Amino acid sequence: MPDALTTNKYSILLPTYNEVENLPIIIWLIVTYMQKSGYDFEIIVIDDGSPDGTLEVAQELQKVYGTSKILLRPREKKLGLGTAYIHGIKHATGNFIIIMDADLSHHPKYIPEFIKLQEAHNYDVVTGTRYVGDGGVHGWDFKRKLISRGANFLTQLLLRPGVSDLTGSFRLYKKDVLHKLIQSCISKGYVFQMEMIIRARQFNYTIGEVPIAFVDRVYGESKLGGSEIIQFASGLLYLFDIHR
Amino acid sequence: MTKFMEWLTVIGCVFCIWAALVTNKIETSFTRDHYTSILFSPIIALGLFGVYAVTTVLYKTFTFNNCEEAAVQLQKEIEMAKDDLKQLGFNFKN
Repeated sequence: MPDALTTNKYSILLPTYNEVENLPIIIWLIVTYMQKSGYDFEIIVIDDGSPDGTLEVAQELQKVYGTSKILLRPREKKLGLGTAYIHGIKHATGNFIIIMDADLSHHPKYIPEFIKLQEAHNYDVVTGTRYVGDGGVHGWDFKRKLISRGANFLTQLLLRPGVSDLTGSFRLYKKDVLHKLIQSCISKGYVFQMEMIIRARQFNYTIGEVPIAFVDRVYGESKLGGSEIIQFASGLLYLFDIHR
Repeated sequence: MTKFMEWLTVIGCVFCIWAALVTNKIETSFTRDHYTSILFSPIIALGLFGVYAVTTVLYKTFTFNNCEEAAVQLQKEIEMAKDDLKQLGFNFKN
């Protein structure tokens, strides 16, 4: 354990788009919890040209916490999530990568739990799950929960992926594993997150799960409309056809 | 074999056995006595599965954790973060 503390470094990728209110809070939370647990870390903010001034706020935070803790790797305009991760990894100095949303729905208090589980089993991937144990969601009405549970039931039935939450995007990866997975995934949007796990299974990577409480966006809008459901359904069929 | 092929294979096998029984390709005293049940067994199985699916999804929807504590804790931490960041010299826009 002390050995791991001195050798491992965790690069936390934060892709942002219009997160001017959330960014200071999420960074404060990450720094607070990571310093408390004693793991070496860095935060890489990948802002896709937010018009609300997210980048300026990130620059100000960099002044507070230092350029070794907070790295800014902005891009001109909104590009895909997969390319954001590739872009982030290029500049990451850690041997582990943590990806999470910057909208406060993924609480940094779970990062030390992810790390401990990874260390205990030498997992290639650790993923947060809303569907088992103490996991759950806050701020969802009955309809949203029903759709989520229904979609999850269908996914588990058709794909039997051995992972309870495929659409979540709060995960820890070994750096080379993440790199290989991104390169083999072709889906966009949140089907991308599902494909990452399915591909991980194909490569026989080991996957651990940590139950997380998902608190839906405190600031800003959360979306689940017809187009998301269609996206999910077509994504599921696609994975149904590739998953071995 | 993809998951799609797996499903197709299993469904195909079950269908062949059922078709053989219904068309009397396989004939025993059991199939003669229970012919109607066998004939309708796919519909019965589908109905039972439907009941299982609906029950499971509804049960899991009702027992989906609400995480009230996590939300309350987060609200407190947001306030702490704002106070602490101000002390560190960070200026909030609004």
